Amino acid sequence: MQQQTKRNKMLRKIARYASAYGVWIVASLITLVPIYWMIIVSSRSRVELFDRPNFIIHTFFEQNYTNVIYDSTFRGYMFNSIIIATSNAVLVTVLALLATYALSRWRLAGADNIFFWTITNRMAPPAVFLLPLFLLFTKWFKIGDWMLFDTRTGLILLYCVFNLPFSIWVLQGMIDGIPVELDEAAMVDGAGTGMILRRIIIPLAAPGLAITAILSWIFAWNEYLFAATLTSVHARTITTGLAEFVTVTGTNWGEMAAVATLTLIPSLIFISFVQRYIVMGLTFGAVKE
Amino acid sequence: MRENRTGWLFLSPSLIILFIVGMLPFFYIMYVGFFNWNVFSVNPGLHYAGLDNYRRLVFDKDFLKSLELTIKFAAYAILFQLVIGYLLANMLAIEFPGKSIFRIIHTIPLMIAPLAVGATWRLLTIPGLGPVPFYLDRWLGFDYRLSANADQAFWTTVIMDVWHWTPFVTLTMLAGLVSLPQEPMEQALVDGANRLQVFWYVKLPLLRPVILSTVFIRLMDALRTVDEVWMLTGGGPGAATRYTGLHIWRIVFPKTDYGYGAATSLLTLYFTIVLSWLLYTAIGQQRRGGVN
Repeated sequence: MQQQTKRNKMLRKIARYASAYGVWIVASLITLVPIYWMIIVSSRSRVELFDRPNFIIHTFFEQNYTNVIYDSTFRGYMFNSIIIATSNAVLVTVLALLATYALSRWRLAGADNIFFWTITNRMAPPAVFLLPLFLLFTKWFKIGDWMLFDTRTGLILLYCVFNLPFSIWVLQGMIDGIPVELDEAAMVDGAGTGMILRRIIIPLAAPGLAITAILSWIFAWNEYLFAATLTSVHARTITTGLAEFVTVTGTNWGEMAAVATLTLIPSLIFISFVQRYIVMGLTFGAVKE
Repeated sequence: MRENRTGWLFLSPSLIILFIVGMLPFFYIMYVGFFNWNVFSVNPGLHYAGLDNYRRLVFDKDFLKSLELTIKFAAYAILFQLVIGYLLANMLAIEFPGKSIFRIIHTIPLMIAPLAVGATWRLLTIPGLGPVPFYLDRWLGFDYRLSANADQAFWTTVIMDVWHWTPFVTLTMLAGLVSLPQEPMEQALVDGANRLQVFWYVKLPLLRPVILSTVFIRLMDALRTVDEVWMLTGGGPGAATRYTGLHIWRIVFPKTDYGYGAATSLLTLYFTIVLSWLLYTAIGQQRRGGVN
């Protein structure tokens, strides 16, 4: 009798494993096929591409990659993207930490509305903000010959509109989840606000901060529309480079796929570092007890 | 009691930056929305037009059509993402060896630039190069033409969005699932409920705050999709995938009808905020009132 229940349990466990594996293998295949196809296209010359489609890489046409990597304009784009994304991620994370801490620990007048207002900044259809931002960047923020247009600073500030609300939204749950008693205990011991932030809040909210920083980084790295409009020569980013392959005279699919593959690499490296925190970071404080 | 001044001090840098890059353009758009302004028209410059732009908007078939399309697109995409994301999250909630590998694979689409997602899907679907039209024709005899068939183009954008964003939903759902208390579910099973009943009457209500938060974020982003659709279909064929983001872009850039574009985007923004506000208050109620 007991043996039978044991066997049943065993069988159920196997069935559960099997279904999980089955579902996940299918899901992973669906996820990977488009990406794999992108890599295939990046490995073929123009002539090979227009043969009938097949999924096997016979020869690797490295020229798609070397053409891009040895191109100095392209390296410049890459460099700009790295600077912009990194500075933006650091800025956003610091500001969002301070803002969420303030919203969480002080009873500020209208805090709830401020919170919602920060999010509304992210809802705007991007297309029409291009025009006012373009004018702001070229006409208003201008000192002598220097203007915010076509500078990395301009894009770094601009991406705050998208990343700051999202980061505040993600961090809010995290910081609200840290008991106020910890702050109070530290205050009784004579710690100032700076000390509390450094010794209590930052260590406890570290997973959330990591997630915020990395998601902001990825967003800034990936953004296209504003980068294309608000820069011309000096501050162009890698995504605008991607779009430059689509031309009136015909698209260079191979090189485009090579660039798309290259842009994916840093994000992949980052995300594998923080993989375990992602789920924690995304609870939005919606399910805390 | 702590001093409020410190709180404001911490909050102010964020507010100042958001004001400069978020609010100033917004006010500017409100202002421009009251003018006729087309730099390449006979008389360029701003001409006061009162509410004309808005009056025009209400009867603008193109705009209404694109709004309808956008809502349809967002609704279908989010619905599929929720269902698939929930099922996948359930599979991730149990422990099995190799789980983290699947999770990493599943998160990859989130990391790809929207423009690159569009490019990838274009590579998959362009006739002569992509495998999708080739194999659909060969195996199913199905004539797939992204650039000619409106329905196919629409559904391709939906599928692309589902491919791109389901991982996000899976992760939020998983976050919700692992922090659910187990007792109510076990209690319900002991009381003789079947699995479907447990799901519908116990699990789903407990998950409601997570689902609402997810829909909130996804809706906000789906309504302003531009990059990937622009790269995949360019809004075509005809206007079949010209969602509001693309529609506004067309008014502002090729047509340089700034005043009208400003009015259009303001109305779209208003519409998005109202929708989101409804969801947001619903989430707030869930948080305060708990699960009933």
